[in-house]
Amino acid sequence: MSATSQLKSPGRRRFLTETARVAGGCAVAGTLLAYVARDARALPAEALRPPGALPEKDFLSACIRCGLCVRDCPYDTLKLAELGEDGPATGTPYFTARDVPCEMCDDIPCVAACPTGALDPALKTIDDARMGTAVLVDQENCLNFLGLRCDVCYRVCPVIDEAITLETSHNTRSGKHAIFAPTVHADHCTGCGLCEKSCVLPEAAIKVLPIRLARGSSADHYRMGWEEKERKGAPLVEGIIDLPDRMPAPAGTAPEAAGGFEPAFKLPGGGQ
Amino acid sequence: MSAKTHLPVGQEAIRVKGWVAAHHYLLLRRFSQAFFLGLFLLGPWFGIWWVAGTLAGSRTFDVLPLTDPLVLLQSIATGHLPELTALVGAVIVLAVYALVGGRVYCSWVCPINPVTDAAHWLHDRLGLQKGWQPKRSTRLWVLGTVLLVSALTGTIAWELVNPVTILHRGLIFGMGFAWAVVAAVFLFDLVVSRRGWCSHICPVGAFYGLVGTRSVLRVSAANRAACDDCMDCYAICPENHVISPALKGKPGDTPVILSPDCTNCGRCIDVCAVDVFAFTHRFDQRVRETATPAEDVPKEYAA
Repeated sequence: MSATSQLKSPGRRRFLTETARVAGGCAVAGTLLAYVARDARALPAEALRPPGALPEKDFLSACIRCGLCVRDCPYDTLKLAELGEDGPATGTPYFTARDVPCEMCDDIPCVAACPTGALDPALKTIDDARMGTAVLVDQENCLNFLGLRCDVCYRVCPVIDEAITLETSHNTRSGKHAIFAPTVHADHCTGCGLCEKSCVLPEAAIKVLPIRLARGSSADHYRMGWEEKERKGAPLVEGIIDLPDRMPAPAGTAPEAAGGFEPAFKLPGGGQ
Repeated sequence: MSAKTHLPVGQEAIRVKGWVAAHHYLLLRRFSQAFFLGLFLLGPWFGIWWVAGTLAGSRTFDVLPLTDPLVLLQSIATGHLPELTALVGAVIVLAVYALVGGRVYCSWVCPINPVTDAAHWLHDRLGLQKGWQPKRSTRLWVLGTVLLVSALTGTIAWELVNPVTILHRGLIFGMGFAWAVVAAVFLFDLVVSRRGWCSHICPVGAFYGLVGTRSVLRVSAANRAACDDCMDCYAICPENHVISPALKGKPGDTPVILSPDCTNCGRCIDVCAVDVFAFTHRFDQRVRETATPAEDVPKEYAA
């Protein structure tokens, strides 16, 4: 060690100590900030993003919280989340379907207003928007499921007869009426929330949920045999032996009749 | 030397120039802060939509996009490539502040500045200790940390806590608990660290400081020969380390305050009774030659 390095060392030591101190402080502050950032990614289920919003993680990396989409929403559907009061990350736009649903403007002004692409400008047709998916969450209280003809969610649906259809089935309670079950088809549902808004019950029986909650997903390797068969026009496996199906015998015929069903064992005493 | 014999900061300037002239730039600055906030409030309050949005991103007269470059930089750090509108907006903002001084944002536009100024005023009134004084470079570290956290979490991280945009957005779109963040900054500056937020911590200021490193609009101590060492400029300046190189420069040294930390607030011009300082451009090297100042002679004896 030379004399010069000894002269330098107090300054160098101070520099290293101070650098370490600031770096340590920043590591702590950065960790806290990262924790807050991670926490902010949890979007409450009732908060829906505007049309064309990127998936939540990408949305939070793109949305600068300027509020221009809110300003250009003609129905005052969109709001900016207020700090500590609303669930979504502070300052980001969202709407609550039960309060003010999305009216699905043809020109999608919110997407046009977004300067960053957090609302994807690739969304050209509002029917392609997927803000969520409506789910009839409470069949026990839905008036239609009780056998009445409420039909309001079906009537208000902007994609009526595609996103929501009424599927009839026998009303076993009355024995002579039909049940018109409102049935959502996720392929067509934009998640606008008009159905949830207009549900006549005090608490809506049909709700728009984020797609991650509303839907399951099919495994990639699953194939619907009947679809594959139709596409091919023939059974998928060639030369498969199709054994005759043993069907229950028509009423009144002896089970022992040819082609009929014969139990493998008989109950003691025989007969019915 | 005793504090009691020293006049309150700016008192001499008020006596010599009058109250208004001694608060000229302060009044202008408050007007400017109110003006920029007012532009954003015209829409929600009066339905006049000249400007829509917030300081993070706005649209003026339906054509001019403006974007906060630091917010956009964080967005880019997360891996998102913004649309052209936001990029153009950020370039315009960068160009303006690169010209007039990056930290002009801090002193003439930022809505937190009146808050921290109020904290400092009260701090001064109560005669509190200056408290924790982290190095000025701390804010650069914070800036780096913010960008790193953005990149790691994939979220525009600073916007979750940024008092500047939280207050601004709160005033325009609804406060929520934004007042708590503002109160925290006020208390931090009041009792924890004198001028702590704006001059030591805030990464937005650090970023704009870097933007204005080569800015054209500058304060110059052109009349430094007239300085009577009253120290009022040092007392009033939120970044008073920027003064010495210009004011106490040797003959031949530039009189222009070149440090990017200078916020161009102009308070040094206000409080100087002998008009040492003036706004000029960075290439203005003129130093006014007055009668040879009595160098090395303390003023008490010279007077």
